[in-house]
Amino acid sequence: MPEAKTTTFIDEICAIPGGEDIKVCIQCGTCTASCPTADRMDCSPSHLIAMARAGMREEVLSANSMWLCLSCYLCVVRCPRDIKITRLMHVLESLSARSRLSNKRTTTPRMYKGFNKFIIRGGRISELWMMVGYYLRTNPLKALGMLPIAVSLFLHKRISLKIDKMKPEGIKQLNAIIDKAESSGGTW
Amino acid sequence: MKQYSYFPGCGLSPEGFGRAFDWSIKGVNKVLDLEFKEIPDWNCCGTVPYDTLHEHASFAVCARNLALAEQIGGDLVAPCSSCYVFLSRTNQYIHEYAKVKKEVEDALAAGGLAYHGKVKVRKVLDVYVNDVGYDVIAAKVKKSLEGLKVACYYGCQEVRPIFGRDHPENPKYMDKLVKALGAEAVNFPLKSACCGGSLIISEEDASLELIKKLLDSAVSNGAEVMITGCPLCQLNVDAYQAMVNRKYKTDYHLPILFFTQLMGVAFGLDEKDLGLKTSIVPVKKALAKFI
Repeated sequence: MPEAKTTTFIDEICAIPGGEDIKVCIQCGTCTASCPTADRMDCSPSHLIAMARAGMREEVLSANSMWLCLSCYLCVVRCPRDIKITRLMHVLESLSARSRLSNKRTTTPRMYKGFNKFIIRGGRISELWMMVGYYLRTNPLKALGMLPIAVSLFLHKRISLKIDKMKPEGIKQLNAIIDKAESSGGTW
Repeated sequence: MKQYSYFPGCGLSPEGFGRAFDWSIKGVNKVLDLEFKEIPDWNCCGTVPYDTLHEHASFAVCARNLALAEQIGGDLVAPCSSCYVFLSRTNQYIHEYAKVKKEVEDALAAGGLAYHGKVKVRKVLDVYVNDVGYDVIAAKVKKSLEGLKVACYYGCQEVRPIFGRDHPENPKYMDKLVKALGAEAVNFPLKSACCGGSLIISEEDASLELIKKLLDSAVSNGAEVMITGCPLCQLNVDAYQAMVNRKYKTDYHLPILFFTQLMGVAFGLDEKDLGLKTSIVPVKKALAKFI
């Protein structure tokens, strides 16, 4: 028997821990009815699941839907099949970013990328500089519009110019841990 | 004195937007005779952005904190809801998926650490009401908050996914705390609805709409202040309230406090130690009778 092993889209999803839940969906639509941002999605959570199971890889991975997930877990606690839908959305985000298919109308992937840089550099996030970087990259004019909020946060001691960082040994240790975990090659 | 390890997270760090939460936790802990020992040189939990784009390393990044907490011993308190969700999720996935466990073990070993899965992650409110108890809290009240109408905003990740503490959509344990402080918890149907979280940055319209609904619900039910146990909820509803007013032509000025700040006021702690002035919407008028 020849081993004709082609990886399907469902295989790709199921390979990531939590992704395997997609198989048990009964398309009841409870997740969609519960989702606070479903009306802004190209296709609703349950629709997205149906498309993924139909093998519509490119359509699913280029949708804006998962990038609008707020991680509020309302769908998760209501799902009659105990599907961890929030996790499934993160899995689709991960595959979407990895395949460079991320939706162009949402700036959430760029916001996430900017956020993550802080983790590698100093182990902690600076809200102020993360937001400055995001607005300059995506919409510099908007940065001006955000000035009143920024000034008010600064005056109320809510944001600082100073970036809180770990100690150099801690950053080194953290990066050794990250490098090792990432070196597992992107597949589980 | 009961001891716990403590993960402030970026929001509650000395430069963080929720630093008043950290200050007020420390003030309340003295009254309740609790000690939270900060994990030395902790790192960011990574939360959704890291989970999304670095699905392998995100478990290891959280596990480093768990390994360090294990060395201290006791339960780990993570005040921020998102930190709490991601740290406890790491425990869950290590337990449920052998491949995650193996990868986390190997990654931690590369940093000279090991984690044996023994750390239970807790939220501050859970520790206060379940380990200390409403009766003890009520006995420490010096200025009863009688007459104050409070909206208890749990937010999503205080109660979801299911942690088994209370109902994931209609929790009551913060309402009971408010009662123990002498105040009244108003009916607040959106108590566990989402504020938009970090998508306030990239999906501002969607988030502002959610924040407006929260304010509508709380104020129409007579709330004079809103309290929460999540630094991101507090930031969104407080700092973006003016933007909601501009966009929707509303006139909300509802003070948003951390529940620990309200406890501190009832315990008679100095308002400076509670960081009441870090709120963008002024809190003084609503609390004038008590401070």
